[in-house]
Amino acid sequence: MNIEQPKVIPIKKIIEENSTVRTFYFDLDLKAKPGQFIMLWLPRVNLKPFGVSYQKDGLTGVTICKVGPATEKIFQLKPGDLVGIQGPYGTHYQTNGIKNLVLVAGGYGAAPLSFLAEENLDKNIDLIIGAQCQEKLLFAERFAKTKIKLHQCTDDGSCGFKGFTTTKLEEIIKIKKVDLVCACGPELMQEKVIEICGRHQIPCQISLERYIKCGIGLCGQCVVDPLGIRMCKEGPVISAELVKKIYEFGQYHRDATGKKIFFKI
Amino acid sequence: MANLSTKICGIKLSNPTILASGILGVTKSSLKNVVSNGAGAVIIKSISKEPRKGHNNPILITYEGGMINAVGYSNPGLEEAKNEFTDLAEVGAPVIASIIGTNAEDFAYMAKNFLTKEFAAVEAPLSCPHTPGFGTLAGQGTPEATFAITKAIKQNTNLPLIIKLSPNIPNLVEIAKAAQAAGADALNMGNTHGPGMVIDIETKQPTMDFKVGGLSGPAIRPVAVRCVYDIYPNVKIPIIGCGGITTWRDGIEMLMAGASALNIGSAVYYEGIDVFKKICQGISDFMDQHGYKTIQEMVGLAHKN
Repeated sequence: MNIEQPKVIPIKKIIEENSTVRTFYFDLDLKAKPGQFIMLWLPRVNLKPFGVSYQKDGLTGVTICKVGPATEKIFQLKPGDLVGIQGPYGTHYQTNGIKNLVLVAGGYGAAPLSFLAEENLDKNIDLIIGAQCQEKLLFAERFAKTKIKLHQCTDDGSCGFKGFTTTKLEEIIKIKKVDLVCACGPELMQEKVIEICGRHQIPCQISLERYIKCGIGLCGQCVVDPLGIRMCKEGPVISAELVKKIYEFGQYHRDATGKKIFFKI
Repeated sequence: MANLSTKICGIKLSNPTILASGILGVTKSSLKNVVSNGAGAVIIKSISKEPRKGHNNPILITYEGGMINAVGYSNPGLEEAKNEFTDLAEVGAPVIASIIGTNAEDFAYMAKNFLTKEFAAVEAPLSCPHTPGFGTLAGQGTPEATFAITKAIKQNTNLPLIIKLSPNIPNLVEIAKAAQAAGADALNMGNTHGPGMVIDIETKQPTMDFKVGGLSGPAIRPVAVRCVYDIYPNVKIPIIGCGGITTWRDGIEMLMAGASALNIGSAVYYEGIDVFKKICQGISDFMDQHGYKTIQEMVGLAHKN
């Protein structure tokens, strides 16, 4: 029987990716699929959802950005410290039968998409990773020895292409055949990715981040308007066709109380 | 398909399954989704005067026979909720409001300021076992408090009132009678049980952030059935059975114990969000096989043998 409780396990190693992002590794064979998330428990602090960013040879990694009180506490942890892991949960990217794949990652959206790239080494992959500046670009080294074609983009031009990941995406689409685009990153970036894919009639999958509380489809905090579907169960990875039916996408999300918070444009 | 339609305190239901408060009912769209998965009615997640974040996570975990939760009444508060729950006809089935307060005056205020004619009824839970200031932790589960709160709500709304009782109290019948005497139109017999606790043996501390939480799911069903069975002969108003109903068989059992309608909550986890359809199909098959023509015929049958 499945029991939804955090499995407590020591942290194996911690890699500092940049000043606000770290990857925490565990000796754990989660059998997660790219795009799925786990709930990470720090007793008496909180239990929060994080996308799986690495999974190979019995090692699982989650990449965490320091954004608030809970992640600040997580950043104080050292290898050997105990945390709880629950999951994996949610939907995943579906790449079966695809030959030419483009992945568009904004910020720490690079985490699940790097895992996705590594699970699809038999395909032709263009991986676009964007950040504000070179210091914030994730996983620059990770793909050096693979045949994955990495396109780094920075807002300030301090590394790679100066400009948006979406501009890069459109460039790639114009010069080569693309069968599927998978995106993960800020909602407004993903909105643009969907728009571009729609224009070029290329299937697209994105990851829609909403406030996840219970993680197992009961509390209703992560439902989206107007479909009322749960992003912890029917998401977080959804197709562009489904996104088009979600009118709150790119408009608003909800906080811990259920109140609507509108995106600033 | 047998005729599953039924009625409870004047509300017409296409079938006896009702989404339990606290599960999924955060938004109107979510209620709509639940109705499209077969629910005969839905109860919104409880609304308080002020916004509440609820307890920290973990708020909900499972154990071998059920689950334990201490959500802590997270909700956006009265003003925001008023905007959320409008044009309720779109939901496609009766929508029942749920209001909470720390005392009778609070409940009166909520009844007066939150309830609109769009709601089919209002439910007041006096039975939450894990939120300080509310429910049994605020002493709302006594005959006196039940009487006072029921009366205060009735004076401020014309909607049918359902009082949700705690199963964790020995003098159930007395409390059920107090609610009836104060004008309640129906009872929801059941809330989560306990509270209970799960301790993580590696970190040597309770797993739930609030340490304790109410139990629900299959493990508590026999207690829930007994509670309904106990109050049924003692009240005239109809009863919604609540606690661990996961399959159609459990639903029939609850009807036979004396419930006129069935609250479904944790079963969404065990059976999926279409659990409402599954339970209805099973009840329908059972009725066809045994020659029952209406839901009402089965209500309280366990008292006749």
